[in-house]
Amino acid sequence: MHILYAILIGPFVTMAREPAFLIEVLIGGLLAGVMYSLVALGFVLIYKASGVFNYAQGTMVLFAALTFVGMLEAGLPVLLSLIAVIAVMIVLAFAVERVVLRPLVNQSEIILFMSTLGISYFLVGLGQILWGGDVHPLDIGIPSGPLTVHGILINQLDLYAAIVAGTLVVALALFFQKTRVGRALRAVADDHQAAMSVGIPLKQIWVVTWAIAGLVALAAGIMWGASLGVQFSLALVALKALPVLILGGFTSIPGAIVGGLIVGAAEKLGEVFWGPVIGSGVEDWFAYILALIFLLFRPQGLFGERIIERV
Amino acid sequence: MKLRKLAVGLALTGAIGWATGGGPVFAQNEQFIPRLVYRTGPYAPDGIPFANGYADYLDMINARDGGVNGIKITYEECETGYNNDRGVECYERLKNHPPTGASLVDPLSTGITYALIGRATADKIPVVSMGYGRADASYGPVFRYVFTFPVTYWAGADAIIEYIGSQVGGMDKLKGKKIALVYLNAAYGKEPIPTLKALAARYGYIFTGYAVNSPGIDQQATWLQIHQANPDYVLMWGWGVMNSTAIKDAASVGYPMDHFIGIWWSGDNPDVEPAGMAAKGYKAAEFHGVGANYPVIQDILKYVYDKGHGHGTKSSVGGPLYDRGVINAIYDMAALRTAQKKFGDKPLTGEQVRWGLENLDLTDAQIKALGGEGLVTPIHLSCEDHEGNGNVRISQWDGKTWHMITGWIVPDRTFLREMYKESAMQYAKENNITPVNCAEVHASR
Repeated sequence: MHILYAILIGPFVTMAREPAFLIEVLIGGLLAGVMYSLVALGFVLIYKASGVFNYAQGTMVLFAALTFVGMLEAGLPVLLSLIAVIAVMIVLAFAVERVVLRPLVNQSEIILFMSTLGISYFLVGLGQILWGGDVHPLDIGIPSGPLTVHGILINQLDLYAAIVAGTLVVALALFFQKTRVGRALRAVADDHQAAMSVGIPLKQIWVVTWAIAGLVALAAGIMWGASLGVQFSLALVALKALPVLILGGFTSIPGAIVGGLIVGAAEKLGEVFWGPVIGSGVEDWFAYILALIFLLFRPQGLFGERIIERV
Repeated sequence: MKLRKLAVGLALTGAIGWATGGGPVFAQNEQFIPRLVYRTGPYAPDGIPFANGYADYLDMINARDGGVNGIKITYEECETGYNNDRGVECYERLKNHPPTGASLVDPLSTGITYALIGRATADKIPVVSMGYGRADASYGPVFRYVFTFPVTYWAGADAIIEYIGSQVGGMDKLKGKKIALVYLNAAYGKEPIPTLKALAARYGYIFTGYAVNSPGIDQQATWLQIHQANPDYVLMWGWGVMNSTAIKDAASVGYPMDHFIGIWWSGDNPDVEPAGMAAKGYKAAEFHGVGANYPVIQDILKYVYDKGHGHGTKSSVGGPLYDRGVINAIYDMAALRTAQKKFGDKPLTGEQVRWGLENLDLTDAQIKALGGEGLVTPIHLSCEDHEGNGNVRISQWDGKTWHMITGWIVPDRTFLREMYKESAMQYAKENNITPVNCAEVHASR
């Protein structure tokens, strides 16, 4: 009886007793969720355009951030470093299309997924050879001290990340809606065969998709790198994106954002209010449990496309 | 086609050569050390300097002295990635290496140490878990093949509480204070909890633990809770990216850095540098000196780096983790020398090296002769005591470098040894181990 009270009633009593703390945790969670969304966006872009679950997205975040900080440490100015990394990510997109995707065209999804595993290991190795295994501090000028608004503590880095993510989503939305390439990407996402029949070049679209995912990885890498330092653990941020994808759907950009917000808020509330009852350290698996529950009721995620197959 | 035939021919020739005994030739006057390292993966930033320090010291000994008393030290690194299963795999792969098998094994992971205790004991290969591992393995009568010198996590926790006591005006002033522990949710991170709880019962402080799952890249919820609870001091048993994330998150909730104290595995440059100036004032416990201004480190620079054979960059020499790798190697070689005095200047078996470890008596004079004065603490081990008498100091990060801010703090070993014994005897009971009678061991020498 006591345990049932502790799990079902106690946390809500605490929330009601400390509303300011509840808001603090909720805002912290929502902002952290935006950081997850930044990573999830890259997955969605590639899956939407090519149907490939890109296991290497986390490594691309790492590789982009490593290259950026490596350029900075080599003495290049920030803007030049940024342009150079963008160029590297575009070259990477070309290489992936030419060396990996093109030879595997018409292969099953699992084969393409496995190939992204290979890309991931390749990038980790290449990153270590080029830039070494050290931790590289990355200071992008965001103050690290506490920011208190009306008595509510806010993480400044997460706040800036939310602004970056928001800008990125608006930019991507405009790109997809207003540009010729964007519309072509949407056409490919809707139906490969139909898109090809009206003259949209699939290979070029793949390059564009991987290049955009590379740029999103760079944005995520810079924000996460500013938080953790640029190091090989950055590749593990992909683990944070998986429950977001399950919740939001693999094919929806708004889904990646909403999914991130739900996961961020839920895991923080879970850790703070249920953690003391069921043991702290619940933050990581709490998101996966939530995703599992979602899978039971809505397998395609909140905004994902419902798959109907004739059998 | 010709090229393919040539390649197949070469491969076959190689395979036949290996099968008929034409494999690598091992000299008989070599002593082999298996090196369980992690140079890749999320924990590489910490694993690399430690592995470099150890390997550089062995290379220096070989280059300067021709080995240990004429016996060349050989080693082979095996990548564990800080994973227990790969650690066991590495151990199994290297334990029978010629000419005498593994002399000893340094797992460099508490989890791998736990995984190897049974195997290494069966294989009669000593496990040296220097400043990590299972604290109750300090009780030698039960853990015959495990060594924990110069300090365990329990001793580290005790020393940190002593330090906090000194900061608040005496141990009696700890009553009612709130002390929190942020720990990696793994065997390593959980090690100090029994000691911190026992000390809480003794001194009356309020203890709360906050687990962080590996790798610990997101701790915001933990630090919001800490901000809410507002403990007087926060301790950290973290590793890898968890450390720098914790320091950053502590800064983001405005927790005072000079009240945040990490264990020695949370006190290196990769832990503080990503946080920039926000880390200024952060403290860490240490059980050895730090820096490059020691004769032994200078010899490494002279005999290894100046010859272009260093494992890392010259600038990385002298960091806390690099130095700890060197110190680990110094202790291991000192055990070899001790064993050689009894068994002769020849390659020794694991069992013989175990004897060397158990009879290790590294004095100040010997340390000075080794060039490690101020870097390495003296150690005296025995059948009963596999931890020895190492002490702890507190260092503080000033935004650019570490400074020692205390003298040596002596852990309360009377209290700790009782805890070691009690826990070890419980282990012995659960595993049907009959503790040896150390009086008989001493008499047989």
